Amino acid sequence: MRKQLMKGNEAIVRSAILAGCRAFYGYPITPASEITEAAALYLPQVGGVFLQAESEVAAINMLYGASSAGVRCMTASSGPGISLMQEGISYMAGAELPCVIADITRGGPGLGNIASEQGDYHQVVKGGGNGNYRTLVLAPNSAQEMADLTAWAFDLADRYRNPVVVLADGFVGQMMEPVAFPRSAVAPRLPGWAVAGTQESRGNLITSLHMEANALEAHVRKLETKYREAERNETRSEAWCTEDAEIVLVGYGIVGRILKAVTAEARAEGLRVGVLRPITLYPFPTAQFERLARRARVFVVVEMSNGQLLEDVKLALNGARPVEFLNRMGGNVPSHDEVFAFVRELAARMGLETAAAEEQMAHV
Amino acid sequence: MSSESIAEYEVAYAKPKAFYERYERKEELQHATHYCPGCGHGTVHKMLARAIDDLGIKDRTILVGPVGCSVFTYYYFDVGNVQAAHGRASAVATAMKRSHPGSVVVSYQGDGDLSAIGSAEILHAANRGENITVIFVNNAVYSMTGGQAAPTTLIGQKTTTTPDGRNPLNEGYPLRVSELLATLEAPVYIERVGLGDNKQVAHADRAIRRAMENQVRGLGFSLIEVLSPCPTIWKMKPVDAQRWVREEMEKTFPLGVYRDRTKDATPRPMPKTAPALEALPGILGIDGDEDLAEDAVCATDAAIDLRVRVAGFGGQGVLLLGEVLAEAGLDAGLEVSWLPSYGPEMRSGTSNCHVRLAHEPIDSPLVTAPNVLIAMNEPSLRKFDANVQPGGWVIYNGEEFPPDCARQDVHVLARPFTQIADALGDARAANMVMLGALLEMTPGLPQASIDAALRRLVKNPKWVELDECALTRGRELAREVLQEVLQEV
Repeated sequence: MRKQLMKGNEAIVRSAILAGCRAFYGYPITPASEITEAAALYLPQVGGVFLQAESEVAAINMLYGASSAGVRCMTASSGPGISLMQEGISYMAGAELPCVIADITRGGPGLGNIASEQGDYHQVVKGGGNGNYRTLVLAPNSAQEMADLTAWAFDLADRYRNPVVVLADGFVGQMMEPVAFPRSAVAPRLPGWAVAGTQESRGNLITSLHMEANALEAHVRKLETKYREAERNETRSEAWCTEDAEIVLVGYGIVGRILKAVTAEARAEGLRVGVLRPITLYPFPTAQFERLARRARVFVVVEMSNGQLLEDVKLALNGARPVEFLNRMGGNVPSHDEVFAFVRELAARMGLETAAAEEQMAHV
Repeated sequence: MSSESIAEYEVAYAKPKAFYERYERKEELQHATHYCPGCGHGTVHKMLARAIDDLGIKDRTILVGPVGCSVFTYYYFDVGNVQAAHGRASAVATAMKRSHPGSVVVSYQGDGDLSAIGSAEILHAANRGENITVIFVNNAVYSMTGGQAAPTTLIGQKTTTTPDGRNPLNEGYPLRVSELLATLEAPVYIERVGLGDNKQVAHADRAIRRAMENQVRGLGFSLIEVLSPCPTIWKMKPVDAQRWVREEMEKTFPLGVYRDRTKDATPRPMPKTAPALEALPGILGIDGDEDLAEDAVCATDAAIDLRVRVAGFGGQGVLLLGEVLAEAGLDAGLEVSWLPSYGPEMRSGTSNCHVRLAHEPIDSPLVTAPNVLIAMNEPSLRKFDANVQPGGWVIYNGEEFPPDCARQDVHVLARPFTQIADALGDARAANMVMLGALLEMTPGLPQASIDAALRRLVKNPKWVELDECALTRGRELAREVLQEVLQEV
């Protein structure tokens, strides 16, 4: 299939439908509205359901209903809307209901602004709803990954019977890049646990309620087992020029792209810089960090939020290497020049020789 | 009594089959419900179970349970069961019904659940005319949590959160849900019934059955509000509680039919059958050009690394200019990205986008240091001019380049592009004149790719013609300047 130029937000919906999604319940919000609009256009045409709900609270609870009914379903929103959905996300994780939620992050807190930010990391990766649960979180950095990770999100959601969030910033949602889609579409399939208004499914029950202490504890331990399994099997990250990297730049989404550009330039100056871009934010690619820590001298976290990714990187490294931090917020993006200057200054401060200089020394 | 001894008798009355024989999901006392003596829920449950039996819809029925005293409906009903978050039952029911239009979906909610925290969900489910049945049990208090005030609490009624009685100046007036929803166009059937005496109970039974039947017939939204006793929280004997329903609640909540369009309503159409999976790429518009290889061979040998910033007023076609460029790059087999400014920025009158075209995969789609700036107005020039890479181009829409913006290390093409486009036929084609100039300055993109991009993005043939003309004009203008530059060199 020829690649087509399209927005990440539009790629999400097409990919979702090809992955068997047949229900979208949403509420408009910039910068995620294109997803809802594309869903409104396409879902009725493929025999699916699109409904603009009265609020994000209703939308996520409609997903609870659609998922209970065994339909692959999704919604999309941004910061303030995701906050409202946290109730339903907690219920869905508790009731073990799969769904896919796209969060095209904007500035916060509160109304913040509609510019691109990454301040939803905590509320999405750590879970903003009540109780002992996790959501799986995927962080695309391109329109193509918006498509690919959305398709994967549906598989993960079903495999783990858990909500999966595609966490992107406004840039990744709004920008157009060439996208290729799979040639074949996934057929919708009714899971055995669903409540579908049939004789076979009559005995099924969807609930997050477990009145007895032991029953609830057993249930939460079961959820924990799933999360451990996801941590073992589903962790993904992209390492770029890290084989000999002394300075490892860490960032996800659009920041990962900027870090690549910086790396290319830093390498040209002989600095041993690499990029580690987490693709799964939960489960977090801890093993990759441990592996790179053996060689790297320092890690630099770059994010468009107030040190939210930073915390997970520090946890993953567990003190093995120092972690430096550079961030911009409010819709400002850490610019290529800004990051490069930071890296240069850090290299000088740490006495990190450039490869070129070392080579020269060797010749002497 | 053993079952053998029962077998000798003719069964005149049996428990409805829509109830489980034993309530095995319950921890203890599996033969009895968890409801208090004299509670209305048991009565309403029986009415619902009988209706399910009578209509023969046990397999098709999905019961959405709320938060509140009836949170455990799934203990009792031998149907598909889904437990919802507080207040959200009608939203959950909406999606369940739409997922399986052949099912019969019941949203069973109390007054705290439906009329307070779930007031938005019920209002909109009713307004959409969802083909569901809502059983709304109104006992004027939050019973499960120990007797706090509800929106339905009567004036003067004492609860744990209105210790001196409900005061309208503080808590407002009792919310009349049936009357409220009856102002909407969509609902088919809304009735308030009571459990105040046997006659009322018998009538309520018929109403619930009708509400279920409406859904089976596909007619639309039905809601039965049931005034229901809560002897425990009201601190009354069951008989007194029934009397209180009749004598006190009814004054505020008159019984009656608030909406009945059952006779005129026509069954809602069932959804169309889904298209074949093979048809999806066509529907999604991603089936075109199947003959082209996945990785199209790059159609240009020229070294291309374009980092373009396009900026201007909204309506000048800033984004389209960038899109045509990116689309042409893709057509030529290059790596491309297009990143717009968006949101209120878009609506407040200014607009800009970042476009990159390169042979290698594009790292950052953000263009902070462009090698070409297309400034369609002076503010845009002033905003981005300083960041243009040395040796880069500034294409400016103006009679004269503002002297204070002049830089020695960049090339400039300043022309009144709007007027030029106007002379061609439409001032709005200025963007394409400027794009033509850019294409001339950075050769390498095959004309065929540009034509293809234009036709893909501009649907109106008249505009395609004008735009092609504009691109040619832009190229001519650029050639003049390029010659000057060459002469300088």
